[in-house]
Amino acid sequence: MPLGYTLDFSVVLDALPALLWGCAGTIGLALAGMALALVIGIGGVVLRGSKHRPLRSLVIVFVELIRNTPFLVQIFFLFFALPNIGLVLNPTVTAIIALGVNGGAYAIEIIRGGVQSIDKGQVEAGLALGLHKGQVFRMIVLKPALRAIYPSLTGQFIMLTLTSSICSAIAAYELTSVAQRIESETFRSFEVYFTITLMYLAISWLLMTGFSVFSRRYFLYPTR
Amino acid sequence: MQDTSVMRPTVPAAPAGDPLIVMEAVNKWYGTYHALRDVNLSVGRGEKIVLCGPSGSGKSTLIRCINQLETIKSGSITVDGTRLDDSSRSVDAVRSEVGMVFQSFNLFPHMTVLQNCTLAPMRVRGIAAAQAEATARRYLERVRIAEHAHKYPAQLSGGQQQRVAIARALCMEPKVMLFDEPTSALDPEMVKEVLDTMVGLARDGMTMVCVTHEMGFARQVADRVIFMAEGEILEQADPETFFRSPRHPRARSFLGEILAHH
Repeated sequence: MPLGYTLDFSVVLDALPALLWGCAGTIGLALAGMALALVIGIGGVVLRGSKHRPLRSLVIVFVELIRNTPFLVQIFFLFFALPNIGLVLNPTVTAIIALGVNGGAYAIEIIRGGVQSIDKGQVEAGLALGLHKGQVFRMIVLKPALRAIYPSLTGQFIMLTLTSSICSAIAAYELTSVAQRIESETFRSFEVYFTITLMYLAISWLLMTGFSVFSRRYFLYPTR
Repeated sequence: MQDTSVMRPTVPAAPAGDPLIVMEAVNKWYGTYHALRDVNLSVGRGEKIVLCGPSGSGKSTLIRCINQLETIKSGSITVDGTRLDDSSRSVDAVRSEVGMVFQSFNLFPHMTVLQNCTLAPMRVRGIAAAQAEATARRYLERVRIAEHAHKYPAQLSGGQQQRVAIARALCMEPKVMLFDEPTSALDPEMVKEVLDTMVGLARDGMTMVCVTHEMGFARQVADRVIFMAEGEILEQADPETFFRSPRHPRARSFLGEILAHH
């Protein structure tokens, strides 16, 4: 510490309830964002494999557009630009959509890799039994495909969680924006940001634990 | 689709009565590769056919056309009176009546043996779970694997997996079973258990079209052996005649090579 600066974590202690609510906000945004990302990811993979070329192209354009532009710009676009065409969203809803859409674009590419890793024979066996293509995808391909890419997908979801801090730019209710408010009231930047760093670490750890518990329950079938 | 090929004189080996499968002047290409050349084949109800020939001769392609895992360029295929056109209804109708067993088993790894067997009856036929399970157990019993009903495919040996695959196909109560080299991916000691199951199935009167190099099996159950090379049916005869005196030189050299290993 530079001379003359004494650490004072008492402000953090006073603000602890607010910070913990911020954690809850972050976890809430993250979970909602993941759910949306998963839906977009799986839906995108289905459309990406469609026999209609325009649908396939649409997905490709979407993925390229999202993955090659900054998240901050995407969320500003949703929050500040869309009201000009009459679409006004509150910060939390905007944050969830932005996180879900952004995470969804990455999820499409990850899940697609998983689907491609499934042996063609699995699909043929399903079709030969009389199942429709949609049933084959849902009942036969999807679960083993998700299992194959589970580590990448959950890694991406941790990224999504950490990215949610950018949503403080539109004052969505989450940990970083709570921290910014406390910091601006107390000027105790070191203490506040040090504390939320640890809190993000704890949130990531909590989610990873959750992912691994889920994986043990959902993917309990043995592979070779 | 117009078929311009010249009809060659076909062996009048079609059995009497209303046939279950009729293939007429079927042609298939993979790009510029002519995979099936003017294939005419008629399979009677209850008939057991063994398809043999060198690799790349179109045997697998032929049976995969019967349930539309491959689409044909020209000609026609009729299964139990339903003509396979491009309509999804005809494809669905045929697939649910045609069972298929693959070289690589293709059991669904995330489902137990029992779930593998009940999936299609429940989802395709709309049969209630309890009834589908009862049917599945009956067929698992028949392939002598009922005690493994709650295991996952990865916990079974290759031979066991292939018997489950047979039971899974039977659960749809198909009118015909297609076998695509069902023993080729198996360790030698497991071939017999699968062949025994197939022999049992044949004895029970199932209509079967088998792509296999198991000539002992062909001798034992086939009503007709069909020899293919380069996408063409070159010879068909009852197994006795075929193995004793194959007429086509390609069939003779093929048999020479196959039998040299036995």
